[in-house]
Amino acid sequence: MRMIFSFIGRKVLRLLSLLFAISVITFILISHSPIDPIQAYIGADMMRVGPEQREKIAENWGLNEPPAEQFFRWGSSVIQGDLGTSMIYRRPVTEMIHEKFLHSLALMIIAWLLSGLIGFILGIAAAMKKDKWPDRIIKGYCYTLAATPTFWMGLLLLMIFAVWLEWFPIGMGVPAGVLTENVTLADRISHIVLPAFTLSIVGVANVALHTRQKLIDVLSSEYILFAKARGEKGFTLLWRHGIRNISLPAITLHFAGFSELFGGAVLAEQVFSYPGLGQATVEAGLRGDIPLLLGLVIFSTLFVFAGNLLADLISFIVDPRLKERKPV
Amino acid sequence: MISLNKRQKTVLVSGITCVILLAILVSGLLISNDRIVTNLDARNLPPSLTHPFGTDWLGRDMLIRTLKGMSMSIGVGLIAAASSVMIAVSLGIMAATLGRVVDGIISWLVDLFLSVPHLVMLILIAFVLGGGMKGVVIGLALTHWPSLTRVIRAEVMQLQSAEYVQTSRRLGKSRWFIAIKHILPHLVPQFLVGLFLLFPHAILHESAITFLGMGLSPHQPAIGIILSESMRYLSTGMWWLAFFPGLCLLLVVRAFDLIGEHLQSFVDPHRANE
Repeated sequence: MRMIFSFIGRKVLRLLSLLFAISVITFILISHSPIDPIQAYIGADMMRVGPEQREKIAENWGLNEPPAEQFFRWGSSVIQGDLGTSMIYRRPVTEMIHEKFLHSLALMIIAWLLSGLIGFILGIAAAMKKDKWPDRIIKGYCYTLAATPTFWMGLLLLMIFAVWLEWFPIGMGVPAGVLTENVTLADRISHIVLPAFTLSIVGVANVALHTRQKLIDVLSSEYILFAKARGEKGFTLLWRHGIRNISLPAITLHFAGFSELFGGAVLAEQVFSYPGLGQATVEAGLRGDIPLLLGLVIFSTLFVFAGNLLADLISFIVDPRLKERKPV
Repeated sequence: MISLNKRQKTVLVSGITCVILLAILVSGLLISNDRIVTNLDARNLPPSLTHPFGTDWLGRDMLIRTLKGMSMSIGVGLIAAASSVMIAVSLGIMAATLGRVVDGIISWLVDLFLSVPHLVMLILIAFVLGGGMKGVVIGLALTHWPSLTRVIRAEVMQLQSAEYVQTSRRLGKSRWFIAIKHILPHLVPQFLVGLFLLFPHAILHESAITFLGMGLSPHQPAIGIILSESMRYLSTGMWWLAFFPGLCLLLVVRAFDLIGEHLQSFVDPHRANE
């Protein structure tokens, strides 16, 4: 147990150093950006704002202070959990991220579980039938998927299932023109199916190819040869000697893929205009909402870090070789 | 039927793929912008012999738009992949040769770049540079090096502990001599393979970021822009607007992947004759 705590402690220190560096770098980058935050805030009404008003806004936001001082002010409020106010949504950034993340989380969990499960099964199937036709098909399928742009996959699904077959709505998180309290669970589900499906199809390739390779390595080992000599074959052989050896690396890999999951969610949400974090990121970038963008960069870093930490923790807890090194 | 061994096959396949990609690149450059004219008589036509990819809502031929977009994407992808490989090679060599402090700093940098989702970082860089072509190219060029840096660092470290390098050092050869004569030749294949394997990532990210609208202006024929425009017309059943450009992108990415894989097995004697 002590090992685990010191392990987590080291990881958290690392996270803090990364977060600090990322906020400093991001802040420096943004303060050198040619985009004028006041103009981004006011938008099309820029013509109607006089120089005095501009000056007042700048003063109110502290834009006239040196960047170091601005960073210090922003940083000290971030430590207190206040990420500022979003310019385009006019609401606190933390509240925004909280709300959008719940939407995205549903999407990402479904996609993550599905792609992990399907990928794992496909990988096993390919490795068991190595160099026969199922392997060739699965391998070809995975290589093609890895080269497929996520958003194009989304567009294809949209065309087939929403436009042509009309099974699912074309987009948005909830039906248009319906009050929030009238939205049923069925509505939400029908809106989440296509984006989640898009995201999971694209995520399959990595896990499947990795699992296939691992299982091929395992199958060529001597203990498998011995098991075969004892007469074990097929599914029993796989279940007794294969599954445990290949599941851990697959789980680790899948947890470590949070970064790609997030990127995929950005694209899938954009295609289906699903109101999640990804869409908020794009909006913040396009319309120059600096507090929201900064908050999202920090949040997505935390998200990726959580994935990597979970991956490390699971292999630390599950793998007996790592446990045995524990001092008595 | 002449039977070819694996190396000959590899050369043949990579050669043909290269020629196809070059043809797309060149044809996109040669087709003048006049060919993408608005032709209101030929609006919204489904694919036919005169317009293999169909036409859009302004009567522009989708095949020509796709070719132009593809050639631009290939160009941007090449620039991005080439500069990322350069960065990766120099950082990888530095990390392996310049001692523990430099190694620590570079490993930390690699971690730093891998800790933010790639797409979010691209959005951030494009935003900071004020959008446009410049933002996209710089963003792509600056963000694809971390994984290759790790590979090259490991490779150089391994080479340094090799016996012939140790012997060479004991014989009094300079660091420079060892770097040029012993280490660099081993990195040339890494360099090439890295270039072709980074390219698919670069071009997919390029199309993604232009699709999101962070990159180029709507007049430029980039694949991402063509696809994001097509979204508005999908509900009217104009499937060809999205289908063919995306398929082309997929094929080009796959082609580069293929060249990369073939090169990899070509430079690796263990795998070349499998």
